[in-house]
Amino acid sequence: MSTATHAAPALLGAPRRTRTGRSWIHTVIGIVLVAIMLFPVYWMLNASLAPAGNSLNTQWLPLNPDFSGYSRAIADQGQNLITSLIVAVGACLLSITIAAPCAYALAQFKIKGTAALLFLVLISQMIPGIVIANALYTVYTPLGLINSIPGLILADASQGIPFAILIMRAYLETFETSIVEAARVDGAGHVRAFWSIVLPVSKNSLITAGIFSFLFAWSDFLMALTLTTGETIRPVTLGLYTYIGTNDTDWSAVMSTAVLSSLPAVVLMIVAQKYVAAGATGGAVK
Amino acid sequence: MTTTQPAATRTGIPALPPTRRRRRLTGDLLVRYAFIAPAALYMIAFFGYPILKNVVMSFQAYDFATFFNGKAPFVGFANYTATFSDPIFLRALGNTGLFTIGSIIGQFVIGMGLALYFRKKFPLSGFLRSLLLLPWLLPMIVSAAVWRWILEQDNGALNQFLAGIGLISDPIPWLNSSDTALIAVIMVNIWLGIPFNVVLLYSGLQSIPDELYEAGQLDGATGWKSFWNITLPMLRPVVSVVLLLGVIYTIKVLDLIIGLTGGGPANATQTLATRSYEMSFVEFDFGQGAALSNVLILIALAFSLVYLRANARAAKNG
Repeated sequence: MSTATHAAPALLGAPRRTRTGRSWIHTVIGIVLVAIMLFPVYWMLNASLAPAGNSLNTQWLPLNPDFSGYSRAIADQGQNLITSLIVAVGACLLSITIAAPCAYALAQFKIKGTAALLFLVLISQMIPGIVIANALYTVYTPLGLINSIPGLILADASQGIPFAILIMRAYLETFETSIVEAARVDGAGHVRAFWSIVLPVSKNSLITAGIFSFLFAWSDFLMALTLTTGETIRPVTLGLYTYIGTNDTDWSAVMSTAVLSSLPAVVLMIVAQKYVAAGATGGAVK
Repeated sequence: MTTTQPAATRTGIPALPPTRRRRRLTGDLLVRYAFIAPAALYMIAFFGYPILKNVVMSFQAYDFATFFNGKAPFVGFANYTATFSDPIFLRALGNTGLFTIGSIIGQFVIGMGLALYFRKKFPLSGFLRSLLLLPWLLPMIVSAAVWRWILEQDNGALNQFLAGIGLISDPIPWLNSSDTALIAVIMVNIWLGIPFNVVLLYSGLQSIPDELYEAGQLDGATGWKSFWNITLPMLRPVVSVVLLLGVIYTIKVLDLIIGLTGGGPANATQTLATRSYEMSFVEFDFGQGAALSNVLILIALAFSLVYLRANARAAKNG
């Protein structure tokens, strides 16, 4: 497998022309590999542009794109998309607000209890969501938080908050404390030093934490499934799930909904590639 | 930080009376705790309490009636004996094992292959590698919906493709037959997990110095030999982290299975997570649902502790 990888070129100094020729072959094979991996994404897009109905002959290419699937998807799921957006933005803001000061304290303050809290945060990421959902349902019911936006925001932040704490803490561990100390000597309190020095400097990790907190909440299915019972407050993930059940003859509308639900991930991957890549490795090996 | 505080007071007001200084120090400590208080409260309310609640509920008859009359009498170990003697539980336990092992092997082998491939320097390699992340970023239920359409018996792309190249004559009922459903679900989960494996293994590969391979070449270690003797040993800390995290994430997968098969047909794809969901939210027996959850927690925690140890070791060596 790796014979070609690091064999001849470097040592034997193969002629430059053949090397670049071989590189392009690698690029072609790379494109084929990525194309196979991303085929399901293409297939989703392709099916969303197919005409309505359970067409017997699915076209491999959308030569005659039909956008009626999207208009049916928006008519049926538009409200759910808005619910998802509100919940995801809410969970993102809540996660950042709670996680940022905590990450700073965990990284920089030497106070009792931080080690225990850090351990809890690490372990919490491994607790199965169904455990949380089981218990939350029994508490949410008497509190009237079932079928509510605040209820979903609070529950969905259970993925964003630990992740955001870990990502930001990893950055703030390496943060040079001398500027903060200088500001503190000049009379700035902890809060001011945090607000006007630490936050601006840690902008990158803040954005990474925010993007993932948003995506976690946007993608959430379990909390939506267990903590909502009606149709009034229904995130689009749950909307999509019930859509398949009731509507599996209209695949173009189902796939249009799937495409619309994928948009945030795709958009963020394109416009914020740097931050997404940082989050992909940052949560695990730290 | 603790040493700066007295210094600051000294430079500020030298003749500070001791009582005032102490009060200021305590105030400072309070402010510091205020930074972690919201997070600590949240963690207690949304992780600490639910875990405790699950433990308590697992010893109670906590069912539909409880939500009306508020009564949940303690029943000892009844929920656990009911769970362990339930044939579906044993099925779910076995499926969880197969699902986890199958997924991890597939994700790891393919992920490693792709990571090794993308280590080569060729035009667009960085761009293509970043595209690989996409399946990981999509909502899991979206992937479930798409694969349901691909695996559909009569019009699904997979059967059309397999029939087209002459590999099958009759369409395979991937998700509708208890013989193939678990295999199909594992296949989809492998697809979902590949990006994660590629990203971590690729970053691990990047940290192996080129000189090692150059020295290996002089000793005749190329190809498979260099992979076994250089790459794998150097990558071992990262590999253990990838595998353990993979296990921890895979045992709790729920969205995908609910979306693809709902645990069926005939419990062929039922796992501990889906069965716990079904017990609590379909059969409204939260007591048994909690007992099942606790089994799941114990397994997850065992792997988590192993993971935290491996990770600490990796951090020390890396």
